[in-house]
Amino acid sequence: MRQEYLTVKSISGPLFYVQKTKDISYGEIAQIKLPSEELRLGQVLEVNKDVVLLQLFAGTSGANLNNSRVKFLGEGLKLPVSEDIQGRIFDGMGNPIDDAGQVIADKKLDIDGRPINPYSRSYPEEFIQTGISAIDAMNTLVRGQKLPIFSGSGLPHNRIAAQIARQAKVKGGKDDFCVIFAAMGITFEEAQYFISDFRKTGAIERAVLYLNLADDPAIERLATPKIALTAAEYLAFEKDYHVVVIMTNMTNYAEALREVSAARKEIPGRRGYPGYMYTDLATIYERAGKIKGKKGSITQIPILTMPNDDKTHPIPDLTGYITEGQIIVSRELEHNGIYPPVDVLPSLSRLKQKGIGEGKTREDHSAVTSQLFAAYAKGKQAKELAVILGEAALSDVDKKFSAFADKYEKEYVSQEEYEGRSIEESLDLAWELLKMLPKEELKRVKEEQIKKYMK
Amino acid sequence: MSSKKQEKGAITRIAGPVVGATGLKGVKMNEVVRVGKERLIGEVVELNEDNVSIQVYEETAGIKPGEPVEALGEPLSVSLGPGVIGSIYDGIQRPLDLVKEETGDFISRGVDIPALDVDKKWEFSSEIKKGDKVSTGTIVGAVPETVIIKHKVMVPPGISGRVEKISSGKYTVEDEIAVIKDDSGKKHSIKMAQRWPVRKKRPYGKKSPPEEPLISGQRVIDTFFPIAKGGTASIPGPFGSGKTVVQQQLAKWADADIIIYIGCGERGNEMTDVLTEFPELEDPHTGEPLMKRTVLIANTSNMPVAAREASIYTGTTIAEYFRDMGYKVALMADSTSRWAEALREMSGRLEEMPGEEGYPAYLASRVAEFYERGGRVKCLGGNREGSLSIIGAVSPPGGDLSDPMVKNTLRVVKVFWALDDDLASQRHFPAIHWLRSYSLYKDNIKDYMEKEIADNFMEIRDAAVSLLQKEESLEEIVRLVGVESLSSADRQVLDSAKMIREDFFQQHAFDPAETFTPIKQQYRMLNSIMLFYDKMIKEIEKGTDFEDVSVEGVREKIAKMKYIEAENLKEFDKLDEEIKKEITKSAGENTQKSGKDKEVKEETTKKSGKKSKPKEETKKIEDLEKEKRQKKVTDKIKKKKKNVDKVKEAEENSDSKTGNKKS
Ligand SMILES: Nc1ncnc2c1ncn2[C@@H]1O[C@H](COP(=O)(O)OP(=O)(O)O)[C@@H](O)[C@H]1O
Ligand SMILES: [Mg+2]
Repeated sequence: MRQEYLTVKSISGPLFYVQKTKDISYGEIAQIKLPSEELRLGQVLEVNKDVVLLQLFAGTSGANLNNSRVKFLGEGLKLPVSEDIQGRIFDGMGNPIDDAGQVIADKKLDIDGRPINPYSRSYPEEFIQTGISAIDAMNTLVRGQKLPIFSGSGLPHNRIAAQIARQAKVKGGKDDFCVIFAAMGITFEEAQYFISDFRKTGAIERAVLYLNLADDPAIERLATPKIALTAAEYLAFEKDYHVVVIMTNMTNYAEALREVSAARKEIPGRRGYPGYMYTDLATIYERAGKIKGKKGSITQIPILTMPNDDKTHPIPDLTGYITEGQIIVSRELEHNGIYPPVDVLPSLSRLKQKGIGEGKTREDHSAVTSQLFAAYAKGKQAKELAVILGEAALSDVDKKFSAFADKYEKEYVSQEEYEGRSIEESLDLAWELLKMLPKEELKRVKEEQIKKYMK
Repeated sequence: MSSKKQEKGAITRIAGPVVGATGLKGVKMNEVVRVGKERLIGEVVELNEDNVSIQVYEETAGIKPGEPVEALGEPLSVSLGPGVIGSIYDGIQRPLDLVKEETGDFISRGVDIPALDVDKKWEFSSEIKKGDKVSTGTIVGAVPETVIIKHKVMVPPGISGRVEKISSGKYTVEDEIAVIKDDSGKKHSIKMAQRWPVRKKRPYGKKSPPEEPLISGQRVIDTFFPIAKGGTASIPGPFGSGKTVVQQQLAKWADADIIIYIGCGERGNEMTDVLTEFPELEDPHTGEPLMKRTVLIANTSNMPVAAREASIYTGTTIAEYFRDMGYKVALMADSTSRWAEALREMSGRLEEMPGEEGYPAYLASRVAEFYERGGRVKCLGGNREGSLSIIGAVSPPGGDLSDPMVKNTLRVVKVFWALDDDLASQRHFPAIHWLRSYSLYKDNIKDYMEKEIADNFMEIRDAAVSLLQKEESLEEIVRLVGVESLSSADRQVLDSAKMIREDFFQQHAFDPAETFTPIKQQYRMLNSIMLFYDKMIKEIEKGTDFEDVSVEGVREKIAKMKYIEAENLKEFDKLDEEIKKEITKSAGENTQKSGKDKEVKEETTKKSGKKSKPKEETKKIEDLEKEKRQKKVTDKIKKKKKNVDKVKEAEENSDSKTGNKKS
């Protein structure tokens, strides 16, 4: 029998200080029995000789000093996994909340995982077709990439993520993705939107859902992405699945991190977020990837909302410093009725280069999209100029670019929510649009390519 | 490693990567310790009576108070010797390929693997003989470490005397290859491997100012903002602006003998990228695979944060070691901000007084010390010169250059490559901003450039810079009143500046045809652009209108000159001839036309019956016209500024409205 401590010395925010402890290890999980007999889980954040600092996942309300009983379990948080977790729904701590009972575990894994040895990684380079031109052609996603969606409150990031999950496929391949969905602090409705979408397409059979909703304990959110990724690593690297992990909303995760840090009275970093947030986020995002000699892969699509649509806010900023690009959702495009309102210029896929071209997408992919980027950037500049000077003040060439930018948004970026464009369609459409521009302005494509593709 | 008695103590506290212990009597600052039952590697970072604080280089979960701590009597050190080149190490020099063999694809802790292969035999040939006098740094012999790197075995710092014994042959790094007897009669056994504490700079003779450029084949860098061999440079920028690509381009193409690439707290896949590419890519200077001159230090963002802090020192020490052999070494650290953050995290856990933004107060001096380890030096123990160039990426939060790490870095480095987010989002790469970047080595390397490349190298470069400067002020005007209101000469400035930006600065790193441009070609490219400008201005001065010269063919050739093969630089002679000829021709055709227009005007003013006016008079008229035009422009600007304000106001209003709606 493990010892029970009745020596809670102080409680502050989600934190417990327990004294007169013995033989407690850093990171260990504890079970706390409240005076009401309710059981809660906590994790050791710091150990001293005989004092332990605990963080309670479900908060401390209802706890008191005299008869809250603490029992340390001797190990970190572990997740039972097996292939049968597919099609199941769990809470944010990994407990089943559907009616299918406990998981019969193949094994139990430490949710913190271990860092992939950089030497063991294999470079992601298999093109994933999402059917969305703004992504496939412009900011290409590849298998094993971590590509977040930077959005704002009220913008259709969920619809975009669901569309990606629905349409994603590897060229020439069949639907072989398994989706792991980690919800952190999102509303019931938002979660329901994903669930019903997965149901409609049948993806639910292969999906695993971990749900920490808005009214669930905030601190539990800190465990949810780790739990989801532990399941993902198991399926990808032990069972050969290609896993897509959708994590939403990382902003809520970061808020929980800040809450714990504030309760510990740590020196706050920028805007109150802890100085170690970069490292903390990295231990989540870096769990995406591919490993040499293994068949499976983990592709991550984290979603976050930028407070005040500000890309330099610490949450998007630190995320962008870790992830392999970002898809930026723009309020302005949304106002102009563009769906998906992806602002392609500040968006980026760092792994695009190696995932496209001859044999992967098409030989002209790099050149033609480079031309689109340049032309759209120029067109937007012309449009800005027109706002100030009036359309008439633009040179003839600038007028063409300005018109191009409009058309590009309306016909290229914009598409139907249930429309999946093949990469060839996306590239052909690009050439079609470029016809609007004088040929001598097309500096980024080769003469032969113009001849071949601009029909 | 050391014969010192090993002290034992016990853990009292664990807070993430910082562990407290007692009972380690006589333990020194920065001494290496083994922590806990799993013998994790740590380093003493604070001493306070009997309490010792240790930063642990591995994950500490599961460790308990009371577990043992053992001091090893040696400061954190690296092993230096044959076998380092081509390796990939973590932040404390554990070979990641062997770690993988031992623990699998995910890194476990407590692994203890020597940095150098102790079984491998190397072909050592001595270069001195018995009886020779030697001292620190004297080269005793060499080993062909890779096809291109001759690894020179040096007398370790602090040892001098006469050679008692030395022999060539096949040896392991731990075998004795020589014996040196010092003045007191003490004998020192010399092996190919030596150890050196990472936090201490290796000794050298004398520093001197750098004089040669480190040529990277990156046009905007080499021609405009060069770094010298032995110099320091910094590349700050927000995420996605191109720091890593620039660093990797330098690692690939710089004309250094040895490259040390430190992935400090960044992405795992970026290291994989280097690991898969470098063995395949050919060094343009030697024709051998790039990996044969490269050492990688990979402590990615998800690896333990304390080892990230150490990785910078591990890399620098290895770099200094090769510098001491007389090599030109270049070190890239991506990103130094992650190192600073690691310092901050450790400092926070030690409960030190925080300075600016929570960084420890000693951040500035650590940064300065790091870059000070670069330089061009006279090596000890012989007549050789080595250099260490240091290039550090900085990742300021939100791209904000007032970040303490940016400030501390710019205070010490001599080159600043300013990355610009707008340029990056327009896909202008490398997104190094031409007006905000600088290099203080321009003067150092002037002689070299003028002697080796072209005697007007700097002249042309400076002329290009002033064009770009002028472009900026003109653009302000264009934004307000449109391009039509500019004079022909000004329009030519805009046109040529654009040429510099698009046809010279922009350089696609992933296009094999232009990823590397030899410096001579860079010169010819810029020379042609400036020739085009000069020619045009001459014609404009003669009265030709900017719009009337149409030389599309030449323009197209200028846009493609980056694809001219390095062996065919003669093509530039042809191009230059064509530029001159075509501009004159096109201008000639058009002046005839517009000359007629002028005649008509002139007749109405009844100034003179001659075909064209004396030069002076034309000039006066031009001046007058210019004045008029300028007045018009300023008036317009005033008016437009009001408009702009209105637009802005409107935007702000709608912003706040939508903000309300959505929140
Ligand atoms: N010289 C270049 N040529 C082509 N693309 C570039 C170049 N520099 C940067 N890029 C593009 O920008 C992306 C981000 O660059 P990177 O160096 O990773 O940025 P950072 O390290 O500043 O976050 C790259 O993935 C690549 O697509
Ligand atoms: Mg980078």
